[in-house]
Amino acid sequence: MATAPAPAVDVREVTVHYGEVLALDRASLRVEPGRVCGLIGMNGSGKSTLFKTIMGLVAPEHGTVAVDGGTSARARRAGAVAYVPQSEEVDWSFPLTVRDVVMMGRYGHLGLTRRPRRGDHEAVDAALERVGVAPLASRQIGRLSGGQRKRAFVARGIAQGARVLLLDEPFAGVDRDSEATMVRLLRELAAEGAGIVVSTHDLHALPELADEAALLMRRVLLHGPTAQVLRPENLAMAFGLGLDGRAER
Amino acid sequence: MSTLATTVLDLLLDPLAYDFMVRALLTTLIASVVCAVLSCWLVLIGWSLMGDAVAHAVLPGVVLAYVVGAPFALGAVVFGFLAVGLIGVVRDTSRVKEDAAIGIVFTTLFALGLVLISVTPSQTDLNHIIFGNLLGVSWPELTQVMVLGAVVLAVLVLKSRDFTLYAFDRTHAHAIGLRPRLLGAVLLGLLALTAVVALQAVGVVLVVAMLIIPGATAYLLTDRFGRMLVLAPVVSASCAVIGLYASYYLDTAPGGTVVLAQGAAFTVVYLASPRHGLLGTRWAARRRRLRRERAGA
Repeated sequence: MATAPAPAVDVREVTVHYGEVLALDRASLRVEPGRVCGLIGMNGSGKSTLFKTIMGLVAPEHGTVAVDGGTSARARRAGAVAYVPQSEEVDWSFPLTVRDVVMMGRYGHLGLTRRPRRGDHEAVDAALERVGVAPLASRQIGRLSGGQRKRAFVARGIAQGARVLLLDEPFAGVDRDSEATMVRLLRELAAEGAGIVVSTHDLHALPELADEAALLMRRVLLHGPTAQVLRPENLAMAFGLGLDGRAER
Repeated sequence: MSTLATTVLDLLLDPLAYDFMVRALLTTLIASVVCAVLSCWLVLIGWSLMGDAVAHAVLPGVVLAYVVGAPFALGAVVFGFLAVGLIGVVRDTSRVKEDAAIGIVFTTLFALGLVLISVTPSQTDLNHIIFGNLLGVSWPELTQVMVLGAVVLAVLVLKSRDFTLYAFDRTHAHAIGLRPRLLGAVLLGLLALTAVVALQAVGVVLVVAMLIIPGATAYLLTDRFGRMLVLAPVVSASCAVIGLYASYYLDTAPGGTVVLAQGAAFTVVYLASPRHGLLGTRWAARRRRLRRERAGA
C-alpha cells in the first residue's frame, strides 16, 4: 500500500522566547511536498524565527518540528533543506564567483576536503542553467542584479538536491521582471515535488506564486488557500491597516 | 659576472654568513606565510579585532607554560579560548557591546601576562615575547615554529573550503548538516597557535599586523578567494625578506621593519590596485564620465 509522502515541513505548537521576548507562541505550520506556502507577517511577527526553528538553529521550548518526514537534524544531514537568505544577511563583496557559491550546495555530499568531482560540477552546471545565470557563472557574486543574486542562491539549493526550500523575503529589492522569473522557477520546483515556504510582506506576487498562505503573528492566525487568506478582513488581523496589496512594515 | 650582480649577490649573501640571520630569516618566512594564509579568512569573517585580542591574550598562557615547563602552544591555546569565552560572556550577559568586551578582556589578560613576567625569574627571556627577538631565535624555538606552522597550514589547506563556507554563510553550513560552531572553534584554535608562531618573529604587540595586513592587501587585489590564498603569503613573505634585510643594513629593529614593509605594501596596493585601489576606481569613474560626455556630445 502506498503511503502519502511525509510533509515537507510539520511544525506543531512551537513556542520560542528570546530572553523575555516571546517570538513564537504555539505556532503550527504544515506544508506538503509540491506546495508553495506564503508566510505573511509584519517584521517581528516571527517569520525568521520560524525558519530558524525549522532549520534547527533555534530549539523550541515547547512543541515539535519535523522536516521531510524526520527530525530537522536528519533532514539537514540528508541535504534536504535549503535556505535562501535575505539580501542583508549576505556579504556581497565576498571574493567568490557565482559558480563557487552554487558549488557550496554540494558540500554536504563531498568528502573531507570538499573537493568536487565530475558529478558535482555537472550538478552545478545544470542548476546554473536552470535558473538562467549560467552565462554569469564566473562573475563575482556581488556583480549580479538583485533578482540574479536570488536565483543564484536558489541554484545552490537545486544543486544540493533539496526537497524543502525556505526563502526569506526573496522579492525585496527585485524588479517585476525578475520577480516573475522567480515565481515561474519556484512553481516548476514545486511541480517536481519540492515543498517551498516563502516569507514575504510583499503580497502582490502571492496569488500567482503560492498555493496556500499562512498569516503569522507569533502564532499562525490563519492558514489556507492563498485567495482566502488574502481577503482584506483576514489581512487586517495580521497587519491592521495597509490593504493596498503591500503590508505595513 | 658583472660587478653589479656580484655586489647584489654579496648584499644578499653577506648576512647569511651568520647563523642567527639564517634562523631569523627562516622564522620570519614561516611566520609570515602561516599568518598570511590565516589572515585571508580573518579579514573576510571580520575577525581582525578578535585576532588582535587572541594574540595579546595568549601572553599569560605562554608565561605560565614557561614557568611549569609545558609547551608554549598549550598555554597559548588555553588562554586564546579563555579570552574568546570571556568576551562572549561579557557581551551576552551585560549591556556592554562586543568591541568594548574585546577591549576589556584582552587588555586585562595581557596585563596579567606583564605582571606574571615581572614576578618570574629569567625576565630577559620573557620580555622578548612582547617585542619579539628575531635575531635571538634558537634552533629549538625555530623547530617549534616549524612544527606549529606545518600543523596550522595543514589544517587550513585540508579544510580550506569549509572555512570559506563558514566565512561566507554560516546558516547554509548549518542547513547542510555541517557544524559551523566547531569550524569556528577550530579556526580560533589555529589563531592561537599562529600567534605563538608569529610572536617568535615580531612579538605579541605586532602579531596582529601579520594577521591582518596580508589578507587585507590580497583582498584589494582580487575577487577570487583562491588567488587571495596565493597573493597573501607571496606579498607577506616578500615583505618579510625585504624587512629583514633592510633591518640588517639599516640596523633597525627586525620585527618592526618587517611589519613596516607590510604596511608599505598595503599602502601601495590600496592606492594602485587596478580594481579595488583608490586610484584605479577614480580612474575608472573618470573614464566612464568621459565616455558618457563623448556619447552625449
